[in-house]
Amino acid sequence: MTRGTRDPVWVRITLITVTVVFFLSFLVLPLVLVFAEALAKGFDVFLAAWADPGALSAVGLTLLTAAIVVPLNAAFGIAAAWAITKFAFRGKSFLISLLDLPFAVSPVIAGLVFVLLVGSRTPFGEWLGTFGIKIVFSTPGIILATLFVTFPFVARELIPLMQAQGREEEEAALTLGARGWQLFWRVTLPNIKWGLLYGMVLCNARAIGEFGAVSVVSGHIRGKTNTIPLHIEILYSSYEITASFAVATILVFLALVTIVLKAWLETRFDRQEQGGGHEH
Amino acid sequence: MSIEVKNLNKSFGAFRAVNNVSLKVETGELVALLGPSGCGKTTLLRIIAGLETPDSGEILLNGEDVTRLSVREKKVGFVFQHYALFRRMSVFENVAFGLKVLRGRDKPSRSVIRDRVHHLLTMVQMDWAVDRMPHQLSGGQRQRVALARALATEPKVLLLDEPFSALDAKVRLELRRWLRKLHDEIHITSVFVTHDQEEALELADRIVVVNKGVIEQLGTPEEVYDHPANAFVHNFLGNVNVFHRRDGNGQPGVGFVRPHEVGLGRERRKDTDVEGTIVDVRIRGPQVAVELSIPGHEAAIEAEIARDAFKALGLVPGDPVFVDLAAVKIYAEDYTI
Repeated sequence: MTRGTRDPVWVRITLITVTVVFFLSFLVLPLVLVFAEALAKGFDVFLAAWADPGALSAVGLTLLTAAIVVPLNAAFGIAAAWAITKFAFRGKSFLISLLDLPFAVSPVIAGLVFVLLVGSRTPFGEWLGTFGIKIVFSTPGIILATLFVTFPFVARELIPLMQAQGREEEEAALTLGARGWQLFWRVTLPNIKWGLLYGMVLCNARAIGEFGAVSVVSGHIRGKTNTIPLHIEILYSSYEITASFAVATILVFLALVTIVLKAWLETRFDRQEQGGGHEH
Repeated sequence: MSIEVKNLNKSFGAFRAVNNVSLKVETGELVALLGPSGCGKTTLLRIIAGLETPDSGEILLNGEDVTRLSVREKKVGFVFQHYALFRRMSVFENVAFGLKVLRGRDKPSRSVIRDRVHHLLTMVQMDWAVDRMPHQLSGGQRQRVALARALATEPKVLLLDEPFSALDAKVRLELRRWLRKLHDEIHITSVFVTHDQEEALELADRIVVVNKGVIEQLGTPEEVYDHPANAFVHNFLGNVNVFHRRDGNGQPGVGFVRPHEVGLGRERRKDTDVEGTIVDVRIRGPQVAVELSIPGHEAAIEAEIARDAFKALGLVPGDPVFVDLAAVKIYAEDYTI
């Protein structure tokens, strides 16, 4: 950078100071406080909160939800991105805006929509009830709500990537005799795999942390329909502060793992975009 | 394998890309689809390959109707303008792709695939790059690999969409000659799309001149260059001087004469010679380009004559000169490119 384009010293110092202060007070400090509070009554209490059956079932339900939601949304995201970038059809731009709906709508509203749609007092919910199927206030409702809230992540990641890559490689594969699945596994998927994984990591993080929509459809039945965030909320409101922070550390660990994964994927991604990389 | 196209139509919205085109390419021919950008030549090629569906019309390969067949079933080799190599695969994997996706009985063994890929890469002089990735190669090298890939499944028809247009001038010239040689060696029917008249003239057995979705003329390079069917073809194939004149019936028309058809002399040799003045002289290799002004004609006129002949005339800028424009060909119709 030459002298002419360099910002004055005071501007640089101010910007760096603002960034660091903000980072410390809004990110690092709360993180430290979570651990401090969780360990306030000693390590035994901390471990006991983790080993509590309610906590364990919340962890189980959260992992089950993520394990179902992430693959489904990955498949949906690939399908949507494929349709949008490889075909021309009427209403395409409308579909793209619709993809953002879960981001635009408050999660609480998303949850309420499911209660209104398939709740036990609605005609559809009653009809399902005659078969003994219960959606709201049970696991399927939690999975549905999470599915809705997290569905844009993969598609949003893949659409710009697939648009930039164009359809020439797929067309080349077709002229060389590839069938639909061969084309997808051998050409499309290798080209989008890092972007896909990146989208799945983000989707997973949100699926684990989702509170609003899940809270509406869950019913907060301890040991049955509680996810980790809901369990933390219940502990907190029943004045079990230490236990609630102890369970919160689980989410913090998952968040840290997500950040590390995300950073690693980003470097892979950049290398791919530069046309480099020798992964083979 | 011959290629026949009958009454083909294709529109994109209100835009008619291909307008009732019929065409036959004989077995073993190398044919150029030549025209300005947006004239429908690439769409025509993509329809033949099956990458686009025609609105109406038929495509016959060896007399057999293949209009409704998928790209995969048509089994034509296709070379893309921007190579379209699989970026995550090595050169070997790229060329082997067409063989590896074969199913069941058709699928060759590993050793057959290996031999075939090496044979093809040797043919395109890329055997040294077998383990390279596409991004490590230059444009010309990538296009050679793309060609080897297209030939791996032994197609009877090879379609090339502006195969050399993304390359620099020297590589383009070299690959062009090499493609001609290759075409003659492997007995394949080839169609290539180009907007470069020089490329079409040098490479093709026959040229199809396309404009606005319609075939303007179809003939050998000599035919289309020396006997253009209309004003568009005359203008598109090489440089021309343009005159606005009336034709034999007194209708307004447009006249063309190529620079090398303009005669120059110090004395009047024909009654029709017009007097002009030399404005500028530029040397173009063995030829000399002479810029002339003629009274009553606004634009400068360009003449091209051999350097020796020009030396003998001893002309310099500012000299008066007699210009022979007898070769001007007048067309009645209006046209636009």
